[in-house]
Amino acid sequence: MSVSVQTEDFDVPAFYEALKADAPQIGAIVTFTGLVREFNDDTSVEALFLEHYPGMTEQVLEGLIDEAAKRWPIINATIVHRVGELRPSDQIVFVGVNSAHRDAAFAAAEYLMDILKTKAPFWKREQRPEGDKWLDAKASDEKRATRWH
Amino acid sequence: MSTIKILYFAKLRDQLDCAEEAFELATENCSVAELKQALAERGESWQNALNGAQVLVAVNQVMATADTQISANDEVGFFPPVTGG
Repeated sequence: MSVSVQTEDFDVPAFYEALKADAPQIGAIVTFTGLVREFNDDTSVEALFLEHYPGMTEQVLEGLIDEAAKRWPIINATIVHRVGELRPSDQIVFVGVNSAHRDAAFAAAEYLMDILKTKAPFWKREQRPEGDKWLDAKASDEKRATRWH
Repeated sequence: MSTIKILYFAKLRDQLDCAEEAFELATENCSVAELKQALAERGESWQNALNGAQVLVAVNQVMATADTQISANDEVGFFPPVTGG
């Protein structure tokens, strides 16, 4: 189980190889990579800035992996989230899970992303020429997370 | 007297112009609700920022509720709903 909160970019193939090398009983690897989307309807946004609660963030992410491992027979999981300044097309988050079979790996990866989005203490701020703006949480993300309760 | 550490994050930190402070509790222990009440007495900006329905609280880096008890050397974090991922 591995959790990292970092400013540097990350290497998805390296995470995939690590999940693949874990054990001979692995039959499925599911990975998700989130990218910074083009800034919606607003071209005046110059960049995104990601802030987090150091210490608590890592604890929450480790707790999510523990919970996923109770719910599904996963063998290993990796969560990496970037903080600091990010631009469109930058990689922002990685979730990877391995398991004997695909159903557990798919479900656990989706669970980790859904709960990360509503529970892990990260905040996004848009950097604009006229002044920065903190993004509001989305009701649709909250709704999506409730299906795992 | 019990001293605690309070951290403010994201929009809340900007609104209050405060990232971190040491705070003396008036009593040995208090609840999250009582701490918020004490901070709100500092003025309208504190009252507005902390009493919004959207303010989340963690005690010692674990999500807390209004009833969670706080005592000496605890770390309390106030922050808005999260927007990572």
